[in-house]
Amino acid sequence: MSEVARTRLPKRLFALFLAAGAGFAAPGALAGDLTIVSWGGAYAKSQTEAHYKPWMARTGHRILTEDYNGGISEIKSQVLAGNVTWDVVDLDSAEGLLACDEGLLEEIDSSILPPAPDGTPAEQDFFEGGIGPCMIGSVVGAMVFAYDQSRLSPGPTTIRDFFDLEKFPGRRGLRRSPKINLEMALAADGVPLDQVYAVLATAEGVDRAFARLDGIKDQVVWWEAGAQPPQLLADGEVVMSTAYNGRVFNAYALEGRSLAIVWDAQILDFGNWAIVKGAPNLERALDFIRFASTPSNMAVQASWISYAPARRSALEMVGAYHANPELDMIPHLPTSPDNMKTGIWQDTEFWADHLDDLNERFNAWLVEG
Amino acid sequence: MPGWSRDSLVVTPSAPPEPAIVVDGVPLKTKLARALMVRRIRALGLTMPLLAFLLAAFIIPVLVFLWQGVHDDTYARYMLHSTPALEAWDGVSEPTEAMYAVLQKDLVQARKDKTIGKVATRVNRELPGGRSLFTSTARKAARFEAPYREAMVDHKPAWGQLETWQALRVAAARYTPTYLATSVDLKYRGDGSIRRQDEKRRIHLTLFWRTIEISTLVTIFCLLLGYPVAYLLSNLPQRSTNLLLILVLLPFWTSILVRTTAWIAILQGNGVLNDLFVAFGVIGDDSRFSMVYNRTGTLVAMTHILLPFMILPLYAVMRTIPKAYVQAAHSLGANGWVAFWRVYLPQTLPGIGAGVVLVFILATGYYITPALVGGQDGQMISNLIDFHMRRSLNWPLAAAMGFVLLVLVMFLYWLYDRVSGIDRMRLG
Repeated sequence: MSEVARTRLPKRLFALFLAAGAGFAAPGALAGDLTIVSWGGAYAKSQTEAHYKPWMARTGHRILTEDYNGGISEIKSQVLAGNVTWDVVDLDSAEGLLACDEGLLEEIDSSILPPAPDGTPAEQDFFEGGIGPCMIGSVVGAMVFAYDQSRLSPGPTTIRDFFDLEKFPGRRGLRRSPKINLEMALAADGVPLDQVYAVLATAEGVDRAFARLDGIKDQVVWWEAGAQPPQLLADGEVVMSTAYNGRVFNAYALEGRSLAIVWDAQILDFGNWAIVKGAPNLERALDFIRFASTPSNMAVQASWISYAPARRSALEMVGAYHANPELDMIPHLPTSPDNMKTGIWQDTEFWADHLDDLNERFNAWLVEG
Repeated sequence: MPGWSRDSLVVTPSAPPEPAIVVDGVPLKTKLARALMVRRIRALGLTMPLLAFLLAAFIIPVLVFLWQGVHDDTYARYMLHSTPALEAWDGVSEPTEAMYAVLQKDLVQARKDKTIGKVATRVNRELPGGRSLFTSTARKAARFEAPYREAMVDHKPAWGQLETWQALRVAAARYTPTYLATSVDLKYRGDGSIRRQDEKRRIHLTLFWRTIEISTLVTIFCLLLGYPVAYLLSNLPQRSTNLLLILVLLPFWTSILVRTTAWIAILQGNGVLNDLFVAFGVIGDDSRFSMVYNRTGTLVAMTHILLPFMILPLYAVMRTIPKAYVQAAHSLGANGWVAFWRVYLPQTLPGIGAGVVLVFILATGYYITPALVGGQDGQMISNLIDFHMRRSLNWPLAAAMGFVLLVLVMFLYWLYDRVSGIDRMRLG
C-alpha cells in the first residue's frame, strides 16, 4: 500500500462520518413532495384511490406513502430529534390526542375545511369529536366482534354470547389492550351502552369489567395488529374475535371468507388526519387534508372499504362496493342508521385520562396468569 | 507480544544488574519502553474508531436513558411558580391559598403557551384523571378570581383533596425516585413515603422473575441440545463438519422474524406438528396441544434462535482439545462415562461458560419472539419496556425498568464470576 493511500484512508473515514452525521441531521431535504403515513393494506388502498391519486393529478405533486402500525413513538422521535420526515399521519383518536397534548402535532384550523354541498359548515357536518385541535376525522371505523359462519351455526347474536363459554365454547380473540375489552365486558354484564363510560370511571365498574373478562380469560388469544383477527378466525385458532369492521368486511366481500359481523356493543372511533409538528411540507399537507375532507372524496373511499365517512353529508353519496356493484355499502358501514342503534362512540377523553392507569391494571391482570 | 518482551527483560540472578546499552548509547530498557509505547499507541489508534463508536452509539445513549429514569422536569419546566411552592410544601399539611394562587397563575400561562398538554400528561401518570383535571381547569383558569381555593374546588372538587396535591408534588420534583419505585412495584407518594403497589397493579417483579426463569430454561435447553451437536462437529472429518456447520449457521443467518413465524406455523393448533400428531393417532382432533401463544412457544422459539450462540463457542473450544487426553484416560482404565466426566467435560468448561453467558444475556433482552409467540404467560420484562417505549410513551418508566434489568444482569454476571470465574471463559 502506498504512503498516499495510507494517509488518505482516515480522512475518507472521517468524511464518511461527517456525511453520515449530515445524513442524520438533514434528510428532510431528501423528502418527497408530501409524505403520508398510514396503516397499509386495504385501508391504505382505499385512501390511495379516493384521495392520493386525485390529489396528485390535481396538484402535480408526488405523494410518498409509508406504512406503520400505530403508536406515536416514531413521531416523538422525529420531533425530539428535530428531524421530521413525515408530513401527514393517520392516527386513531386516543393516540392523536396524546400526541397533540405532547406538542407533537401541528394545530389545524378547522375553517379550512370545505362546507357540505348544501352549505352546512364543516363543524356541524362532521360527527361530534371528528374535529380536534390537531386532528381532522377522515373515516369512522368500528371495533366489532366477528365469527366464522362455517364453524358456528347458529352464530352468536349479542355481546353476551361473546362472553358465554357454555353456549359457545372455544377460544376468543381480543386485542391486547384494556380499550374496547372493558367497554364490551361491561355491556355484556348488562350496563346500558350510554352508561358504560360512567360506570368504567368508578373503581367498582373497573372491577366489574375485569370480573367479566376473568370468565373467558383462559380462552383468550390476544392479538395486536389489525390483520391478525381475520387470520385467526380463518385458521380456526379462535371461534370469535373482536376486529376492525373494515378488515372483516374485506375478508368476506373480497376474499370470499365465511366471516360474519355481529353488530352489538361495537365501539366507534375516528381515523384522523394529523400533521407532524415541523412537517417539511406543511402547506401541502394542509391542502391535502382539506382536499381529503371533501364529502365526495370521502364517499369514494367508502366504496373501497367499509369505513364510514366522518361527515354526515358524505354518507348520502356512498354507493356500491367497487368490486361488486350489487353490494350496497351502507348496511356495512358503522354509521348506517341500523348499526348506530347498537354502537357507542369511544370516549377519547376518558381514555386519555385513564389509559395509563388501566393499562397498569390490565398488564398486571394479564401477568397474574 | 508479551512473551517476547518478558524474555528480553530477564536479568540473570547471579550477575549484579548492569544496564544493557544499545549501540547508540541509549539503555536497552528505555529503548524497549519506547518501542512498547509506540506499539501501545498504535494499538490504541486501531481500536479508537471502535471505542468512539461504542461511546457514541452505546455508552452515551445508555447513560442518557438511565438519566431519564430519575430525571423528569416536564412539570418544573413549564409550571414556574407552583414548582417552588410545591417543593417547599411538606406534603401533609393543608395546601395554602398561596399555593392555589400560584397554580392558577401557572395554569393560565401554560394554556397560553400551549404547554398544558405536556404538563397534564405528566400529572396523569401520578394521578389517574389528572389530565382532564388540568386541561379543563386551565381552560377556565383565566376567569377565576381570589380566593382561588374556593374557585378551583368549585370547578372540580378534586382540587380540595390532599391526594391531588401530593401527586402534584411528586410530578413537580425534577429528580424523582417515582419511576424506579414503580419498576419494582413500589409506589412513591407525595408525603415522601414509599409503599408496596396496590395488589392489583403489581406486575414488574413478576416479570423480572419470569425473565430470569425463561432465560435460565432457554440457556439449559440450549446447553443440552447444543453440547452433543458441538461434540459431533468437532469430532467428524472436516468435510462432514463443514456441511453440518452450514446447517447450524443457515438458521443463524435467517431473519429472526422468519424463524419465529415459522414456529407459529409448526406449533399452532392447526399447525404442522399437531396435524402430524392427529394423523398418527397420538391425539384426537379435538384435543390438539396448545404449543404456541404461551410459554411453551416462547421457550421453543427462543431456544432455537439462540442455539448457535451456544454451539459455536462450544465447538471452538472442543476443536482444540486433543483426542489423546480421552484416549489416555481410557488406557488408564476409565470407562466412557468417567473419561467424559472427569477428563473431557472439564476441558470444555470455558466454552460452556462462554455459551451460557452469551445465551443467558441475549435471552434477558428478547422481546420480538415473546411478543409474537408468547401469548400472556410467555411475556418478559422487555415486552413491557417495549410497550412503554412505543405505546404509552412513558419513556422515563421504560428507562427505569431498563436500569433495573441492567443492574440485575450485572449482578448475575458478578455472581457467575464469583462462582466460576470470568477469566476461564473462552470464545475459542
